[in-house]
Amino acid sequence: MTDDALRSDLGGLDYDPAPESAALARLRPSYGLFVDGEFTAPEAHQQFASINPATEETLATVAQASSLDVDAAVASARRAYDKVWRKTSGAERAKYLYRIARLIQERARELAVVETLDNGKPIRETRDIDVPLAAAYFFYYAGWADKLDYAGFGPNPAPVGVAGQIIPWNFPLLMAAWKLAPALAAGNTCVLKPAETTPLSALALAEILQQAGLPEGVVNIVTGDGDVGAALVAHPGVDKIAFTGSTEVGRLIQERLAGRSTRLTLELGGKGANIVFDDAPIDEVIEGIIDGIFFNQGHVCCAGSRLLVQESVADEVLRRLLRRVDQLRVGDPMDKNTDVGAINSAAQLARITELTDAGEREGAVRYQAACALPSKGYWFAPTVFADVAQSHRIAREEIFGPVLSVLTFRTPEEAVAKANNSNYGLACGVWSEKGSRTLWVAQRLRAGVIWANTYNKFDPSSPFGGVRESGFGREGGRHGLEAYLNV
Amino acid sequence: MSERLDVKKTYKLVVKGAFPRSESGRSYEVRSASGDFFANAAQASRKDLREAVLAARGAQATWWKATAYNRGQVLYRWAEMAESRSSELAEHVQLAEGLKKREAQASVARAIDRLVWYAGWTDKVTQVLGGANPVAGPFFNFSLPVPSGVIGVVAPTRSSLEGFVDVVAAPMCAGNAVVALASETRPTPAIILAECSVTSDLPGGVLNVLTGHLAELAPHLASHEDVDGLDLTGAGELGDELARLGAASIKRVYRERGDGEENPLRRLRTFVETTTVWHTIGQ
Repeated sequence: MTDDALRSDLGGLDYDPAPESAALARLRPSYGLFVDGEFTAPEAHQQFASINPATEETLATVAQASSLDVDAAVASARRAYDKVWRKTSGAERAKYLYRIARLIQERARELAVVETLDNGKPIRETRDIDVPLAAAYFFYYAGWADKLDYAGFGPNPAPVGVAGQIIPWNFPLLMAAWKLAPALAAGNTCVLKPAETTPLSALALAEILQQAGLPEGVVNIVTGDGDVGAALVAHPGVDKIAFTGSTEVGRLIQERLAGRSTRLTLELGGKGANIVFDDAPIDEVIEGIIDGIFFNQGHVCCAGSRLLVQESVADEVLRRLLRRVDQLRVGDPMDKNTDVGAINSAAQLARITELTDAGEREGAVRYQAACALPSKGYWFAPTVFADVAQSHRIAREEIFGPVLSVLTFRTPEEAVAKANNSNYGLACGVWSEKGSRTLWVAQRLRAGVIWANTYNKFDPSSPFGGVRESGFGREGGRHGLEAYLNV
Repeated sequence: MSERLDVKKTYKLVVKGAFPRSESGRSYEVRSASGDFFANAAQASRKDLREAVLAARGAQATWWKATAYNRGQVLYRWAEMAESRSSELAEHVQLAEGLKKREAQASVARAIDRLVWYAGWTDKVTQVLGGANPVAGPFFNFSLPVPSGVIGVVAPTRSSLEGFVDVVAAPMCAGNAVVALASETRPTPAIILAECSVTSDLPGGVLNVLTGHLAELAPHLASHEDVDGLDLTGAGELGDELARLGAASIKRVYRERGDGEENPLRRLRTFVETTTVWHTIGQ
C-alpha cells in the first residue's frame, strides 16, 4: 500500500535494543484493596489478572472489589474526613502532598517501569512525561492547600466531602495524580477507582501514601471492573464524582446523578482537529502531527486525530508525514528507543480494527507504516487515512488509537467550521507563523485546550478539560480547585 | 364626564426581538395571586421552542462578537428601559405575587439594581475567571472564559421578576444567548422585562422568552441537542427529570442547592467554559 519511493534511505539503519529492566517494578504476585490505610488480604477477594499488553503475560493478580468493599472504602473516607482531614490545617495538608510529590520523584524509575509494563506505553514516555508530571501535580496542588482563600472563590471555601474518582487506563498514574492532588489540597477525602486493565501504578502509589504517612482512610483505592465504578457512582455516601473516560459512560453517570446532590465533573472523549496553515514551518508541523496522534499510541482523549491541512500544502505535508510515520519505532515498550508501544487491551485493539475497516469501506485511502509487529501482544501499526470526508466514521468517532484522518481546507473560515463540526470539544492544534491568524482561529474554536504550534503539552498550572460532549469542569491550575470546593 | 375605557395589552412571546403569538394559536388565562383573571398569555408550542433555540443560536455569535464594553452598555440600557417602566412592572409583580404596593416597588427596584450589577460584569468576567498560567516550558499559556452557547432557562415562580433577572442576566452577561420559560402562573413581569430588552439594542434572539405550560415545553428544552446548558431554578418537581434529559448531550446544569447561601457567581460560572491556549515562545 505504501509507496516505496517515499521511504527514507535511512530505513536500512537500525538501533540496537536498549531494554529497561522489568525487575525494577518490584511487583507483588497479588494485591488486595487499599482501604483505611492498609492493603486488605488478596485472598479475601476474587482476583483477576493484570496483564502486560505487549506480551500477554500476567504481571500480578488484583482484587475485584465487591459492593461491600466499596461501602467499606466510602465509610473509611467518611471517617477520615470527619475525624482527621477536615481538622487538618491547610499547611499540614500541603506538607503531606509535598511528601507524596517527593516520594514519586524518588521512586520515579520504578513507577515508570510499572506503568510501561501494565499499560504498554513506551518507557521513554512514562520516564519523561507520566511520572514527572504526576509528581509535578502533587507539588503544584500542595502549595494551594493553605492558600484556598486566595483562589478566587470567596473566603474560607469549604471542601465537598468524600470524592469518588474514576480514572481511565491511558495515563493511569498521571490521572490518579490529577484527581487526588486537587481533592486532597482542598480538604476532601477520596475513593479512587483505577481502570480495570491498569491498576498496578495506583497500587504502587498506595505504598507511597503509606510511606508519606498520610492518615488512614484519606485515600482509598478500589480495583476491579466497571461494576466497581457503578457502585461508587450509586453510593449515597459519596459527595462528588470525578470521572475521566468515554462520553458514553460519562452520559450514563450524569443521568444517574441527575436527581441527586452529588457534584459531578466529567472529562470525556474528543476528536481533536490539528489545523495546519500553509505558512507553518513544515518540519515542526510534521513532528507536531506525529506527537499529536502517535503519542501514547493515540490513546489520548485530546489526540490530534483529525488533521486539517490547507489545500495548497496538503500534498507535501502528506508525503513528508508518511515518510516520518515509516521512521516510527514500533515494538517493545521497555526499549528506550521505542516510539509507539502496545495497544492497551484486546478490546481496544478490536475497536481500532473495526473503525479502521469502516474507514476503508467508506472510501478513505489507508496508509499503514510498514513496520514488523511482535507476534505476541496487542499491536496496531501507525495508520494514516487520506481523502477522508467529514461524514466518515473515522472523522466523527473517537478511535483512541494510532490512526490519523486527513482532511483539507482552503480558508480559515472553512478550517474553523470543519474543526467545530463535532459533538466533542476537547482540544485543537493550530499551526501558523502568523500570530494574529492563530489567535483569530483560537477565538473561534469550540475546545477547552488549544495548542498553537505545539501539541499534547500538559502542565499542573494549566487548566484542562472539554466543552460540549467532551465534558465539563477543569483539571489543573486554579480552575481545577473548583471541582473540589463547595463554591 | 365619561370614564375612558382601558386599552388592554395582549401578552405575547418574545422571540428573535419580535413579539409573535404562539404558532399554535393557543393562549391560557393568567390570574392574579387573589385568583382574578387579568390577562391571556400565549401558550407556546414545541415549534415555538425550536424557533426560539434557532434564534438564540444565531444571535449568540453576534452577541459574543460584540465587545465586552458594548455588551455592558446594552445590558445597562436594558436597566434604563426597565426603570422607565418600573411602575408598570411593580403593578404586575404586585398582582402576580400578591404583595403590597410598597413591597412590589421594592422588588422591582432590587431587580433593576441587579440588572445593573450584571451589566458591570461583562468586561470583568475575563479577568476574574481567566488568567495566565506559569507552565514549565517556553509557552505563553492563558485561560479565557468563553460562553457555553445557548442556555435554556426555567424561570422561578416564587420571584417572578427578581428571580427572572438572575436566571437570564447571569448567562447573558457572560456572552450566552438564552431561551427562557417564564413562570407559568406569573409570566407577565418577565414578558414586560423582555419587552424592555427589545428596545435596548440587544441583538434579537439573545433573550427569548416563552410563556405556556412548563410540563409541555420544558422536556423539549432540556432534551434539545442545540442547547448547551440548563438553569432549572424554576423547574420544581420536574427538575430531576429535566436534568436527566439534559445528560443525554452532557449539558451544563444549574440547580439551586438549598444548603445555605448561594455563591452569587456560581450561576455565571456554570455557563462559562474555560479555554486554555498554549502559544510557543521563540525568536
